[in-house]
Amino acid sequence: MKSAPFKYYVPSEIDEALELLYQLGDEAKILAGGQSLVPMLNYRLLSPANLLDINRVSELKRYSLTDEGLKIGAGVRQREIELSPEIELAFPVLHQALTNVAHVQIRNRGTICGSLAHADSAAELPSVMVALGAQMVIRSGVGDRAVKAEEFFKFHLTSDLEPAEILTEVHVPKLPAKTVGAFEEVTRRKGDFALVGAALLGQWDANGQIQNCRIVCSGVAPVPLRLRFAEDIVNGTDLSDQVLVNVQQSVMDSLDPTEDIHTSSHYRKIVTGVVVRRGLSRLVDQRGAANGSR
Amino acid sequence: MAVDESRADPVEDKSWISVTINGSKQDYLVEQRLSLADFIRNQVGLKGTHLGCEHGSCGACTVIIDDRAVRSCLMFAVQSDGSSIETVEGLAIDGVLSPLQESFQANHALQCGFCTSGFLMSLVARLREGPIDTESEAREALSGNICRCTGYSGMVAAILEQSNSIQGIKENS
Ligand SMILES: Cc1cc2nc3c(=O)[nH]c(=O)nc-3n(C[C@H](O)[C@H](O)[C@H](O)COP(=O)(O)OP(=O)(O)OC[C@H]3O[C@@H](n4cnc5c(N)ncnc54)[C@H](O)[C@@H]3O)c2cc1C
Ligand code: FES
Ligand code: FES
Repeated sequence: MKSAPFKYYVPSEIDEALELLYQLGDEAKILAGGQSLVPMLNYRLLSPANLLDINRVSELKRYSLTDEGLKIGAGVRQREIELSPEIELAFPVLHQALTNVAHVQIRNRGTICGSLAHADSAAELPSVMVALGAQMVIRSGVGDRAVKAEEFFKFHLTSDLEPAEILTEVHVPKLPAKTVGAFEEVTRRKGDFALVGAALLGQWDANGQIQNCRIVCSGVAPVPLRLRFAEDIVNGTDLSDQVLVNVQQSVMDSLDPTEDIHTSSHYRKIVTGVVVRRGLSRLVDQRGAANGSR
Repeated sequence: MAVDESRADPVEDKSWISVTINGSKQDYLVEQRLSLADFIRNQVGLKGTHLGCEHGSCGACTVIIDDRAVRSCLMFAVQSDGSSIETVEGLAIDGVLSPLQESFQANHALQCGFCTSGFLMSLVARLREGPIDTESEAREALSGNICRCTGYSGMVAAILEQSNSIQGIKENS
């Protein structure tokens, strides 16, 4: 047996799940897609007394795309969102990021909310959700609370969630008209966690200048890192080659990224500059399209 | 409220599951912490599903559940209750290899064979979604599995041959 013994609970209603969580306290772990949790159980890095499998809670398996935006329940697999053509059209940056999350076989089980709750600092989805201004809907026995993505991630593998809470849904607001976006990353091998990733969004105005640019990086800090100084450099410019060179330099000069077994802080800094520049060039590629009839 | 009492044995921490494996449906009493991979190998006795890393990295344990390729080392058997599982043993019919297996053999796509069942199951699921026409699509389809001895060129050739012949059959019919 790989995993240490645990008591297995498989509720079919959210209320049942919450009641169990309340009773079991921090002796319980929620099992969603299991693509991060089960490796830790197999290694016995974790040996929770109780596992609460939320895969049979049908209420959590829904997602919806409306005029207000996208809502994704905790039971929705990453692959389902990736395969929706409507979501790809409405949120191309989310689709691009998803194709970079692990491998198909893992996205077939892994959930969007599970990746957010896991809060790995190198994961793609947390950065994308910060860039998109998403809200986390968190439920406990006392009721619902909403937390902005920007405030949800606390540290590597640590979110704002309390033991008795479930992240039931993530809400992504509809993007303003003419928004362009890109997701870029550098990995050592296809499907690995990225050394550095960047989610970018912005709007081209009628004068051909980029506005409201958002640049959020993963892998650089213990939480998704919004590069406001870089946004300030690019906003109101035409993202000419000179601007791109300036941003790249400024990113390299300003950051002091995490150092780990995968790479040094110095190399990560260089890669971040490159990833941000590449992402901005992709926004440039979309300038014509955005000013067309969208 | 917890585990469905009628199907769980509270003393042994076991549950009854009902699964269809390669087309035949059966009930099994499984320990709740038993991985799906160990269940398939040791309880069902189908040893074609291999275990390399047991933490999701290598893909050797890939099986198809309800039409999707998944890592069987990252699921518990109890979670598969009610589902349809396909393993490598389901590919050949009466000892006759499937066309994809034939192409693997013809193109030297395996050496020790340890990784092969995982690759085959990933590719069977992928080919059901549509043909693989280019080398880069073939490499993308292979990217979730690791082979430590043959390398991937033979597999790429096998996939392209397979995909072409499926298309050929469709076009000629
Ligand atoms: C080989 C491999 C490569 C990978 N590569 C990448 C990669 O490149 N990028 C990437 O981002 N990820 C990667 N992953 C991780 C993968 O994306 C996971 O699917 C994801 O991190 C977790 O989602 P899950 O649904 O599987 O959650 P689980 O593994 O079930 O849970 C993860 C954690 O979150 C908690 N949790 C889950 N859902 C909720 C909820 N609704 N409310 C509260 N707590 C919850 C669990 O208790 C647990 O602590 C990889 C995994 C593997 C095995
Ligand atoms: S044994 Fe399951 S992925 Fe390696
Ligand atoms: S054939 Fe030996 S590992 Fe792939």
